[in-house]
Amino acid sequence: MNKRISPVGTPRIGVMQFPGSNCDADCVDALSRHFKIEVEVVWHQTAELPSLDAVIIPGGFSFGDYLRSGALAAHSPIMNDVKRFAERGGAVLGICNGFQILVETGLLPGVLLKNNSRTFICKKTALINHNKKILKMPIAHGEGRYWIDEEGLLRLEGDGLVAFRYSDDYGATGHAQNPNGSVANIAGVFSQNKKVLGLMPHPERATDKIMGGSDDGLVVLEEFIRRI
Amino acid sequence: MSGSNSRDSNAGAVVTLDHACIAQKMNRPSKINLENEVELRSLLTRHKISEEEFRTILSITKDPPTLAELGVFSAMWSEHCSYKSSRYHLKRFPTKGERVVVGPGENAGVVRLHGKLCLAFKMESHNHPSYIEPYQGAATGVGGILRDVFCMGARPIANLNCLRFGGRKHPRTRYLVPRIVKGIGDYGNCVGIPTVGGSVAYDDSYNGNCLVNAMTVGLIYDDKIFKGFASGVGNLVVYVGSATGRDGIHGATMASDSFATQTVKQETTVQVGDPFAEKLLLEATLEVLEKNLVVGIQDMGAAGLTSSSFEMAGRAGNGVYIDLDRIPVRAANMNAYEILLSESQERMLMVIEPSRWQDLSSVLQKWQLAHAVVGVVTDNGRMQISHKNYLEIDLPVAPLTDEAPVYQRPMADRKRNDEESSELKILEDRLKSDASFAIDTFLKALNDTGSKEIIYSQYDRHIGARSVLGPEHGGAAVMWLRDDAAKDLPFLGAVMTAGCNERRVKNNPLVGSAEAVLKCARQIWAAGGQPLAITDCLNFGSPEIPDVMREFSDSVDGITIACRELDVPVVSGNVSLYNSTGSVSIHPTPMIGMVGRMNDVRLATPAVCNEDQNLNLYVLSAEQDDLSWAASLCAKVHNIAPDLGMINDINWSQEILLSECLNSLRQSGLLVAVREVGDGGLGVTGVKMLASLMLEKVSIDFDVKDASELLGEGEPRYLIQLTNDGQELAHKIAGEHKLVLRMIAKVKPGDNRIFKTCLGEIDLDRINEALVTSQPIGG
Repeated sequence: MNKRISPVGTPRIGVMQFPGSNCDADCVDALSRHFKIEVEVVWHQTAELPSLDAVIIPGGFSFGDYLRSGALAAHSPIMNDVKRFAERGGAVLGICNGFQILVETGLLPGVLLKNNSRTFICKKTALINHNKKILKMPIAHGEGRYWIDEEGLLRLEGDGLVAFRYSDDYGATGHAQNPNGSVANIAGVFSQNKKVLGLMPHPERATDKIMGGSDDGLVVLEEFIRRI
Repeated sequence: MSGSNSRDSNAGAVVTLDHACIAQKMNRPSKINLENEVELRSLLTRHKISEEEFRTILSITKDPPTLAELGVFSAMWSEHCSYKSSRYHLKRFPTKGERVVVGPGENAGVVRLHGKLCLAFKMESHNHPSYIEPYQGAATGVGGILRDVFCMGARPIANLNCLRFGGRKHPRTRYLVPRIVKGIGDYGNCVGIPTVGGSVAYDDSYNGNCLVNAMTVGLIYDDKIFKGFASGVGNLVVYVGSATGRDGIHGATMASDSFATQTVKQETTVQVGDPFAEKLLLEATLEVLEKNLVVGIQDMGAAGLTSSSFEMAGRAGNGVYIDLDRIPVRAANMNAYEILLSESQERMLMVIEPSRWQDLSSVLQKWQLAHAVVGVVTDNGRMQISHKNYLEIDLPVAPLTDEAPVYQRPMADRKRNDEESSELKILEDRLKSDASFAIDTFLKALNDTGSKEIIYSQYDRHIGARSVLGPEHGGAAVMWLRDDAAKDLPFLGAVMTAGCNERRVKNNPLVGSAEAVLKCARQIWAAGGQPLAITDCLNFGSPEIPDVMREFSDSVDGITIACRELDVPVVSGNVSLYNSTGSVSIHPTPMIGMVGRMNDVRLATPAVCNEDQNLNLYVLSAEQDDLSWAASLCAKVHNIAPDLGMINDINWSQEILLSECLNSLRQSGLLVAVREVGDGGLGVTGVKMLASLMLEKVSIDFDVKDASELLGEGEPRYLIQLTNDGQELAHKIAGEHKLVLRMIAKVKPGDNRIFKTCLGEIDLDRINEALVTSQPIGG
């Protein structure tokens, strides 16, 4: 398999593992099959991150989603160091439950609420990213309705921090394309310095065309690695 | 979660053979009073123990049993644990084969895939709990089958489930569907196992008794398979997982009960699931097994601590001593009876060498799982259990396990269906003569077997990043394995499907059950796989009704015939009896789960059309005209009983020929999509294959000569979409197999949006409504 080579040599990426994380192995698998990088799984009780170039917080149901999705993981020992890592300008990617955790820690603005259907939704979605590129990736979540107050939304839009919006195959972002009721069809957002990215769709599940017809997840992962 | 406490790693926590000796001298609690006949009879009725069985119990215990002992007999001799009515028949299943690594009798069956890489899989019922408390019942059904698979050391890669609900308009159906679907979804999604297939159907025969059959498939290496053996005298018995509460007490006995019309009283027997605890238990168990820390392991499933300890002791031919004071409990003042028979979820029983305790404990602490040494393996062949300085249980192991009663229940004579049924004849005549009736029937049929998206969209189908084909395409699921043990086959896949057409089984249990196996095989062939083995979940009415026993026995024979013809052994399974309400039994429903292999998942063929290729459909069949209306979908939508008329017999050599032809077409690169023609014949199957087009600007020409050809069933056929230039070669290949390939549907762009047949034109919107938008609530 042809591995994509990152311009910065061989970065080391840490995949955080909480009790209840369940997309950690998929992230490790996708990264190590498609990119020339080193991947390390970091257990949540580790007080300090090992020497890393980037951090991925994978999807799942950390701590069983007790209390609120992501709320307990946000207070795990490792998250203190992830916060420091992000504050130093480190690249952090939160996928699905990882996005929820990043929102709970305050590294990203807004909140993620229960889908407006009140049900878990698993489906393939099309997204338009901040570069106006259409990407196809599946979603699978019960609490993925992004919400932020009007002021916050204006700031996100103004600073170009909306990373992904649910769209149709041609980039239209209407009500019909919104699977969960997210404000402004938002599926993912950046932090102010664009180093922290959170998104509900799963790029690690869209890395090979034979699984679901799309390998657009590689675009997201590659861009993340380049941002290191 | 109660975390591990300091007692867990304390050396004093270890139980030795000395403890067992001391317990043997403890006082016995008071015995059951045999003098008070009224009380005794009531006690036996509540425990579902017959008088004859009680006489056997007395001959085993010599003295009258204690109440806890009676509870243990009741659970171990329940239909659910002992298979007492079915075991006699199940012996006929072919269970051996060169690929079989572990056959029936273990927690799950194991079949070899490639080198040391194997699949572990099993299907199990959770019908009764799901009917009483649908959300928890369905959720814990998924939890139970997952544990059966991962306690052997397999990592689960896929879940499937087969659901049967009552009629769509029945009020209980509307209550059950969303809750059962949510229960299955919430549990599997949280543990992180994709739900990739199965079947759902609605039929009045399930009005008072729904079916929830859950199946799990896992990956395992043949040199890392763990079994439920309590081996090695002096080894420790370790309890792992959630603490024991009062939930689910006597679930196994309940599962062997038919529903009275009142269900209110049974609500306390339903278990409550915690998928987060399951996920921790899954990871901890696999880590413990990978490190070779245990001698034997078993899930505490039905009948909880009782069945797991007895079965593990029974398999090893040993005895076990357990000190109930050491069991982590979450309710105050639980007595021995309650602790022994609780069905609290997410628990495991492990047997380890004493020297492994520290290592085991540190893994379990990492995963925040409660754990404690609760007993020791002994050499006396007895189960001895103490609680608060009383020896509550002192029973020989074998009579409760291997030597449990086996019944050869009386069977009715086989019913002979009339070859001709006037009702079916009337249906056929009217379908042929009345076009609007035929169109109405077609739409009703589409509606009955329509889109399940509202259900499967609540299941995570992609987690694990292996799903090549899932429930969206309506055929067998294909999972890409990418396992280190199959490096020479980087695109090796596992193919799996599950289901059963209960109406055809009702019509003819022998042929219908064989067909259930065959139908799974057809779906696996269509996707591009080679069938390897099956599991089954045999859902029937009361074994005390001779007609039901006849159905059961014939069904076992039918499955046996099919397994021999297709060379797919039965490696695991489950029986669920007493699926009845009052005197009404469900249709006999032998659910079949089949797994297969595929060397190159890049060749996996979906059962829905690809819009980027020529949208013409071809039908591949043998040269014959042998359609029938017996047990058909059209008969169902017109409320004609499924046992009228006769379904066709199976032509096995023709089935194999068709599968070989499909394979040649695939190897030649001609296949774009394939679907086995099932319920509702060519018309319904064709629409499902083209479902994605129903909202588009196209018209579909369906070339059939009459309603029979559009909707008739019973003949082995496949609908096929070929590559743009594949037609000529495809005809040649079909001819070489002495089969017929005929174009049956053409899709053309156009604004008129109609489905055109000899019966007239139908608006695509009406078809879409029947197929999708009018589907019942799923959430």
